Amino acid sequence: MDLFFHYDFMLRALVGALVIGLAAPALGIYLVQRRLALIGDGIGHVALTGVGAGLLLNRSPVLVAVVAATLGAIVIELVRSRGRTSGDLALALLFYGGIAGGVMLVGLSDASSGSLNAYLFGSLTTTSPADLITIGVLGVAILVTMLALRPALFAVCHDEEYARVSGLPVRALNLLLAVGTAVTVTIAMRAVGVLLISALMVVPVATAQQVTRGFRSTMVAAMALGLFAAGAGVWVAATADTAPGASVVLLAIGSFLVVALLAAGRRALRRRTRLAAVPVAEPPEHEVVLG
Amino acid sequence: MTEPVIQVAHAAVGYDGRAVLRDVSLTVTAGEVVAVLGANGSGKSTLIRAVLGLVPLGAGSVTLFGTPQRRFRQWHRIGYVPQRLGAGSGVPATVGEVVASGRLARRGVLRPPRRADREAVAAALRAVGLADRAGDPVATLSGGQQQRTLIARALAGRPELLVLDEPTAGVDAASQEAFAGALRDFRDGGGTVLLVAHELGPLRPLISRAVVVHQGGICHDGAVPEPAGHHAEPGHDHVHPHCDEEPAGLWSM
Repeated sequence: MDLFFHYDFMLRALVGALVIGLAAPALGIYLVQRRLALIGDGIGHVALTGVGAGLLLNRSPVLVAVVAATLGAIVIELVRSRGRTSGDLALALLFYGGIAGGVMLVGLSDASSGSLNAYLFGSLTTTSPADLITIGVLGVAILVTMLALRPALFAVCHDEEYARVSGLPVRALNLLLAVGTAVTVTIAMRAVGVLLISALMVVPVATAQQVTRGFRSTMVAAMALGLFAAGAGVWVAATADTAPGASVVLLAIGSFLVVALLAAGRRALRRRTRLAAVPVAEPPEHEVVLG
Repeated sequence: MTEPVIQVAHAAVGYDGRAVLRDVSLTVTAGEVVAVLGANGSGKSTLIRAVLGLVPLGAGSVTLFGTPQRRFRQWHRIGYVPQRLGAGSGVPATVGEVVASGRLARRGVLRPPRRADREAVAAALRAVGLADRAGDPVATLSGGQQQRTLIARALAGRPELLVLDEPTAGVDAASQEAFAGALRDFRDGGGTVLLVAHELGPLRPLISRAVVVHQGGICHDGAVPEPAGHHAEPGHDHVHPHCDEEPAGLWSM
C-alpha cells in the first residue's frame, strides 16, 4: 500500500481508476438495458480518430477525442432512432472507420507508436494532474446525471413508446445518454484503453444482475463492483507490475465468473428444495364477481 | 355534453406507401368504455397508436381533450397500456420500479418521488392485485401478471383516459378477471377507456360501445356485436387465453 503514497503518479492512477470504476457502470447499465452493450466500443473507436486528430494538430488528444466521440454518438443515436440502417451495420461502420482514421492520423503526426498504444490499451500511470482533473470533473458529472435522472432514463430504456406517451423528452434523454457514453468512453480510455472500454461499462452490470432483483439494486451493486475492480486492479498492477488496464478488466471478468458460479449453484440448490416441496399455486388474490 | 376526450377526424395512416387506415373518424366522450375490435392486420392497433401519436398521420386530425394532438402536452391525463412489456429489459427490474414509471408523467423528469407518488404506486398495485409482488422481478411473473403490472403502471399516474392495446391477449383467466375488476373501478371513478381487443372475454359487460375495424376502415360503430357462437368478431382467428400461468422467466438468470 505504501507504494501509492510514495509515488504521486500511482496515487493519481488509483484515484482516476476509482472515479472511472464508479461512473462507467452507472452509465453502462442503461446501455445493457437497451441491449446496446457494445456501443461503447464503437464510440471508443471513433474517439481514437479524435486522439489521432489531436496528436496531429498538437491539441489535447483527450479533448479532441471528447468532441469526436460526442459527434459519433449523436450520429449513432440519430441513425438508431430513425431506424434507417440496422444498428449492427452502423456499429460496424464506426468500428472500422474510427480505428482506421485513428491509426492513419496518428501515423501522420510525429507521435511515436507508443502513444497510440497508450490510447489503445490504457496508460493509467501516465495520468497527469491535468488529466486527473478532467477525469474527476467529467466522471462526477456523469455519475450525478445518471443517478439523478435514473427514473426517467430507466423509463426510456425500458419502454421507449410508453415514455413518449408519458410526455417525457425522449429524444433529449436519448441524446444525453449518447453524449454521456462518449464522455465516459473518452475518460475511460486513459484507464483501460479503447479496446477494453466496454468491459468497465458492461461487465460489472452483467455481474450484478446475476444476483439482483431490481434495477436500482443492480445499479448500486454494479457501481460497487466497478469500484472494486478498478481499485484492486490498480493495486495488482502496482504490486505485480502488470498492465493496469488489463488487470482491472480481468478482475472484473473474474468477479463475473465467481458470482455466476455462485448464483448457478444457489439456483440448483433452490430447484432441488423446490422439487422436494409441493409446488405452491398462485394465491387467488383478486376475486371479481362479474355482474 | 362535454367536449370529447378523443376525436379522430378523417384519419389516414400508411406504412411505406401501403394504406393501413383510410378516412377513419371516431369520437370518444367522457365516461365511455369503447372497444376497438377487428381481425389481425385490420388496423385496429394502428388506430390507437395514431391516437397517441406513436405513428404519424398521413391525413386527417386527432384531438385529445379538445387540444390538437401535436400541441397536446397534458400526457398525465392519459394512461397507456401497451400490448406487452417492452423487450428492452436486459437488466432486471422490480414490479414496483416498472409501476413507478407511471408517475413520471405527473412528476416530471427532475423531481424525486414524494410520498404521494409512492402512495399512488401502492394503490395501483392493489387495484390489480399485485401488492405483494412489488419487490419481485417482473421477469419472474406470468404473462398475465406482467400485463397487470402494465395496467398498474398506467393507473399509477391517475389518468382520466386509459388506452389499452390488446390487454387480454394470451392472459390467464385469473388475470383477465383481475383486469376486468381494475377496469370497472376505473370506469366507476369517472374514467374513460379506449381498448383494442381480439376477444372481449370477461371485459364484455364493461364495454359501452364497440367499433369494428375492417381493412383499414370502420365498418361498425355501436352496440357490441352479438356473435353467433362464443365469440365472433369479423374474420378473427382465435388466440385462446388458456394456460399461461408458467412464469415467463426470460431473463431470470
